[in-house]
Amino acid sequence: MELLDLAQDVVKRAQAAGATDAECTISEGEEFSANVRMRELENLKEAGSRGAGLRILIGKKTGASYTSDLSEEGIQHMVKSAIELADITTEDPHAGLPDADELGSITGDLKLYAADIEGLETALKIATAKRAEEASLSADPRISNSEGASFDTHVGRHIFANSRGFSGEYRSSYCSLSTVPVAKDGESMERDYWYTMARGFSGLESPEEVGRIAAQRALRRLNAVKVETQKVPVVFEPRTARSLLDNIFEAVHGMSIYRHESFLAGKLGEKVAADSLTVVDDATIPGLFGTSPFDDEGVPSRRTVVIERGVLKSYLMNTYAARKLGMKTTGNASRGLTGNAGIGHGNFFIEKGVQTPEQILAGIPNGFYVTELMGFGVNIVTGDYSRGAAGMWIRNGELAFAVSEVTIAGNLKDMLMGLEAIGSDLDFRGSVAAPTLKIGEMTVGGK
Amino acid sequence: MQFSESIFATRFNISRQDLENYLADALSQGGDYADLYFEYLLTSSISIDESMVKSAAQGVSMGVGVRVISGERTGYAYSDDLSPEKIKKAAHVAAHIAAGPSKVEKFGLNEGSRHNLYPVLVAPTETAFTERVDLVKRADRAARAYDSRIFQVQAAYADNLRYVMVATSDGVLTIDRQPLARLSVSALARHNGGSPQRGHAGGGGRVELSFFLNEKTPEHFAKEAAREAVTMLDAVDAPAGEMTVVLGPGWPGILLHEAVGHGLEADFNRKGVSAFSGRVGQKVASELCTVIDDGTINSRRGSLNVDDEGHTTQRNVLIENGVLKGYLQDKLSSTLLGSNSTGSGRRESYAHIPMPRMTNTFMLAGESDPTDIIRSVPKGLYCVNFGGGQVDITSGNFVFSASESYLIEDGKLTRPVRNATLIGNGPEALKYVSMVGNDLKMDEGIGVCGKEGQSVPVGVGIPTLKIDRMTVGGTA
Repeated sequence: MELLDLAQDVVKRAQAAGATDAECTISEGEEFSANVRMRELENLKEAGSRGAGLRILIGKKTGASYTSDLSEEGIQHMVKSAIELADITTEDPHAGLPDADELGSITGDLKLYAADIEGLETALKIATAKRAEEASLSADPRISNSEGASFDTHVGRHIFANSRGFSGEYRSSYCSLSTVPVAKDGESMERDYWYTMARGFSGLESPEEVGRIAAQRALRRLNAVKVETQKVPVVFEPRTARSLLDNIFEAVHGMSIYRHESFLAGKLGEKVAADSLTVVDDATIPGLFGTSPFDDEGVPSRRTVVIERGVLKSYLMNTYAARKLGMKTTGNASRGLTGNAGIGHGNFFIEKGVQTPEQILAGIPNGFYVTELMGFGVNIVTGDYSRGAAGMWIRNGELAFAVSEVTIAGNLKDMLMGLEAIGSDLDFRGSVAAPTLKIGEMTVGGK
Repeated sequence: MQFSESIFATRFNISRQDLENYLADALSQGGDYADLYFEYLLTSSISIDESMVKSAAQGVSMGVGVRVISGERTGYAYSDDLSPEKIKKAAHVAAHIAAGPSKVEKFGLNEGSRHNLYPVLVAPTETAFTERVDLVKRADRAARAYDSRIFQVQAAYADNLRYVMVATSDGVLTIDRQPLARLSVSALARHNGGSPQRGHAGGGGRVELSFFLNEKTPEHFAKEAAREAVTMLDAVDAPAGEMTVVLGPGWPGILLHEAVGHGLEADFNRKGVSAFSGRVGQKVASELCTVIDDGTINSRRGSLNVDDEGHTTQRNVLIENGVLKGYLQDKLSSTLLGSNSTGSGRRESYAHIPMPRMTNTFMLAGESDPTDIIRSVPKGLYCVNFGGGQVDITSGNFVFSASESYLIEDGKLTRPVRNATLIGNGPEALKYVSMVGNDLKMDEGIGVCGKEGQSVPVGVGIPTLKIDRMTVGGTA
C-alpha cells in the first residue's frame, strides 16, 4: 500500500474504533554518512527507516501512539493503543483538530528535493569529505590534528492525513559537508568547525572553502586569554547571533505565552526591541531548510512577522495555543511521529541591516566579539541571560586577541532594547538565520 | 534472562545459528570484528498542564544495527525490519567498509555471567495506565498546595522498557531488559502580579512503579519544584567574576560530568583532541579529589548490566587523589590503544554507532562537615541546583548553569541569586578544590547526556565541594 493510502486508512480505522477525530503522520527516510579523519576513511553509515504515528480524539479527550512496525499487526496495535489512552486523559475544551477551512497546502515547487543527491557514488562522497579536511590540514602548520570531516545526505518523505479531509505528502532532501580542525600552538589547543548545507549536491559550497574557513576559525582562537570582568558592547557574529533568535523563538512560542512562562507574554503590540529589529518566520521560501507546504496539523505554511521595527506583532502558534489565546493558528504546528502538536518555526530570521560587520566593529573602542556560546543559561520566564562565551576582544574597532573562559550576562529584555547595530550579512545556513548583531552593553565575567 | 527466553528468540524466531550467520555475512568482505545490536523498545509518556492530563502516548520501535570494524574504520548499517532478508542486507552494507579476507576465526556464541542491577519484576511500562496517570495528578495537586503563589504547574511522567541483544564476532552473546522511568515537575510562582519564577525537580531510575509510591513520591518532586520557584521570587542579581564557589551535594555533580568526564572519553584521547590527552599519571585535581564512573550501582538511571557492546559494566576510577588514572574505553578505542574496554560503549539506539560514554559519575566523600565548608567562606556563592552543562573537550572549557544558588557572606547563606552560568577549565578547575564534604549524594535520576547527536541516560553525584576559584557569570 502507498504510504499516503496507509495514512488515510489508519485515520479510517481509528474512526471505526471509536475516535471522533484522528490524525496520522508517516515518515520515511534514508540516511548516509561518510566520515574521514587524518586523510583516512573512518566511518561509513547507511540505512533507511520509517515509522507511523497516530493521535486521536474521543470528544475532547486525546490519545496518541506510534510504531516502527508498519505490518498489519503493528498498525492494529497502534490504533488500539491510541484509543485506550483517551480513557486516562482529561476533557480539554480547547483540544481538537484545525477547522476544515484552515487546512490546506501551499502550491508551487518549493524546491525541497534535489534529485542529484541520489545515486552519488560513495567514492565521491568520501573524496568530498577528504577535500574539506585536507584544506584545513594544509592551511597552516599549526593545524596539526583534526576531528575529521563528514559528508551526510538525507532523503525523506513526510505524509500527513486527518479526519477533516486533509491528506498531503512531500519529499525532501539535504546534504551537508563539515569539518572540525584542531589548532595547536605550545600548550594552547583549540578546535572549531565550518560547514555547508544544501538541498542537493550541486548547492554545496566548495570543500576547499569549508576547510579554509574552519581552519581560520580554529587558528584565531589560539592563545586565548581570560579578560577582567567588565561591562562592554558585545557583538555576536552570525553563528552566535542565531542563538539569540532561538531565544526569541522560545519567548514567542504560543505554549509559553498562554502559560505566562515567557518574558514576552502579554506584550503583543508593545515595543520590545530596538526600532531596527524585524523578526520574520517564513516557511514559504523555496529551497530553504525551514520550508514546507503545510505544517504538522495540515495547515498551509505562511509568512508571519513576529517583531516589526521593535514592536511585537505576533506569537507563533499551533491550533491549540491559538485557541487558548483566542487567536488563529499561524501554521507553526510541529511534532515528531505522534503526540499533541508542539510549535516549531519555518525559516526564522532577522531582516538584515545596512552596516557591514567591519563597519559595526569600527565604532567600538573596547568590546567583545562572540564566536562561541556555551551552556543553557537562558531563562525565558525572566529573560535572565548568562552563558559561557569565547571569541575575540575588540580594541579600537579591530579584532585584537582571542578570549575564552568568560561569561556574558544580561537580560533578554534589555538586550533586545539595547540592539545598536544589525549587519548586512544575513546568510541562510539552516532554518534560523541572523546577521551580525551589536548589543550596547553586557557584563563580561572573567577574572 | 537467557537467549532462548528473549523476545528476539520467541517473537522474532531468531536462532543462535542465525546470529552466527549474520555475523559471518558482516565479515564476508574482511574486517577485524563485527557486532549486531538488536533493540525492541516500548515507551509511554503522560503529561499534565493546567491540572488537565492533556497528553498520553505510547509506542513501539525496533531495529538492528550491524557494525563491522576494520582497523580504524567502521562500517554501520541498520534496519527497522527484523526479517532475515533485511538483516542480511544491513550486514552486507556494513561489510563494505572492509576489503580482503576476514581475519576472524570461526567463533561460537556464548552467554556469560552478568550483573543483575535492576531486578524489576514488572517494569513501569507494563503496569496499568490508570496507576501511572495518578503520579502526574498527585504532583500537580501537591505543587499547587505548596504555596498560594504557585500559579502554573506542569508534570511529565515517561517510562520505557528496552530489550537489547548484542552478538559479537568475539563470541559474546548478551541479553538485557532495561526498564527506565522518570517523573519531572515544573512550577511557576508569582507574587502580586510581579515577574514569574520557575522551579524544577524530577527523578527516577531503573525501578518499579512502587519507587514513586514509596521512595520518591510525586509530592516529593512537586514540593521541591514549588520551593525552588517560590525561593527565586526573592532572588537578587548574581555576582560576576572569579570567586569561591561551594557546590551542594548531588546534582551539582554535573561539574564532574562536564569538567572531567567527557574529556576522559577514550575516543577523544585516542585522537589527541582532548585537553586531557596524554595526561594519565599527571595531577589534574587537588589530592582531595577521587572521581569514579560506575555503571554498576543498583537501580540507577546511568547503570547497565552490560554496555551496548555486550561488555559487562564496571566501576572505573578516573581520578585518584588528584591523579589522572585512565580513560573511559569502548571496543574500538581500547583495541586501538591496546587496553581493555571499561564497559563504557554506549549508543542511543540501534540506529547509532556506539562510543565511549559515562554512566554514573561521582566524587568520593571527603571528611569535611558541610556546615564547616560554608562557614569557611567569607564571600562566595553556594549552588544547589543546576540546569544543563556543556564542555569544549579540546580547550577544556566547560560551563554549567546554576538555577538555584545563594550568596555566602561571612560564612552564612544570605540571599538567593538569579540564574548564573559558571565557567572553568577542565584540567585546572578541580585543582582549586580545597574542601570535600562527608555527604556524598547521587542525583535523583534526571540526567540526559548528549554527545555527537546521541542522548543517553546518566547519573552524577558529589559531596559538598568548596572550589576556591571559579568564574561566575552574573551581572552584579
